[in-house]
Amino acid sequence: MIKFNKASSTRSLPPISTASLPDIVFILLFFFMTVTVMKNQNLMVENTLPKATEIEKLENQDRIIEIYVGKPVGNSETSLGNEPRIQMDNRLVTVDEVGDYALQALSSMPEHLRNVATVSIKADVGVKMGIIEDLKNKLRVVNLLKINYTTSDGDALDNLNTVN
Amino acid sequence: MKNHRVPQEVNAGSMADIAFLLLIFFLVTTSIENDAGLNRLMPPENNDVIADIKERNLFDISINETDQIMANGEVIELSSLRKNIMAFIDNGGLLVQSEEYCDYCKGERLTDLSEHPTKAIVTIKALRNTSYPVYVSVQNEVVGAYNMLRNRESKRLFNTSFEAINTAYYKEEITEEQRGQLKKRLEIIRALYPQKIIELATINN
Repeated sequence: MIKFNKASSTRSLPPISTASLPDIVFILLFFFMTVTVMKNQNLMVENTLPKATEIEKLENQDRIIEIYVGKPVGNSETSLGNEPRIQMDNRLVTVDEVGDYALQALSSMPEHLRNVATVSIKADVGVKMGIIEDLKNKLRVVNLLKINYTTSDGDALDNLNTVN
Repeated sequence: MKNHRVPQEVNAGSMADIAFLLLIFFLVTTSIENDAGLNRLMPPENNDVIADIKERNLFDISINETDQIMANGEVIELSSLRKNIMAFIDNGGLLVQSEEYCDYCKGERLTDLSEHPTKAIVTIKALRNTSYPVYVSVQNEVVGAYNMLRNRESKRLFNTSFEAINTAYYKEEITEEQRGQLKKRLEIIRALYPQKIIELATINN
């Protein structure tokens, strides 16, 4: 019969070295620092995007003008009411101001990007078409014609359930 | 008296904790950009162009206040919309003898649907009280119908899907020569099935 080496089986295992743990965590940290972007806007409106399947990615964040549409959130609700509002450039704006703010955002862009600027409309699922339509008309006035209905990836038929 | 003690090693055990704290901080304050959506090009502000379009070449989609969808005069479900749009675009209703006969269309060649994919126009109309997600879903189905047709033609002509060509075109590591070839292919397919989608202004009510 095979004789087991008794001495080795009773010897206690050496403790696992945790010296490389900080390195692993730092690698994770650097990974997240590179793939994520700092939030540049504090959301003041509700923002659950509708779903769509045939979406195209918005590359190059430098040529995007973001417009959020949704009901005001949090404790501001009492003073701002329950109607959907537009948020641009970290503040709530009225429909009439959209053109001005869009032009302002456009003028802060490098010149060679201005004619490829895209407006990303990030509207909440609870929004009605009226405000979107007004928004689009204002953008047409300032000749910003490239728009993007920003959505999340998912089955478009699910959108019907969110409405009802 | 001389101090003969060896200098103590710094304990690196807490390093992991510090790094974890940093990691969690970054996870909380940043967001992974997931910006993607449906691109649309709006018409310029003042276009007084009046074009004569045959009724058969128009596919009207209207969405009412209770989010019901009407396509070409019939109330339909969202799930069957894509099939209807594809049948409309791919109809190729002109006669075989005519000059513009669509030889790549696989539709049923009905007399009340579009004559040719290049003539087919889809219009989307919504009311002010229509829900935005439903509108986006309809847009999604229209784009989806075009993409399916383009994929079909792309597979027939180049043996790859239209999306594959499109993503390859926007990759940075390809050579100029490849890019030129891909661009040509994209243009060929886009010419076969041009996306003609009109978003009509809502009617005030």
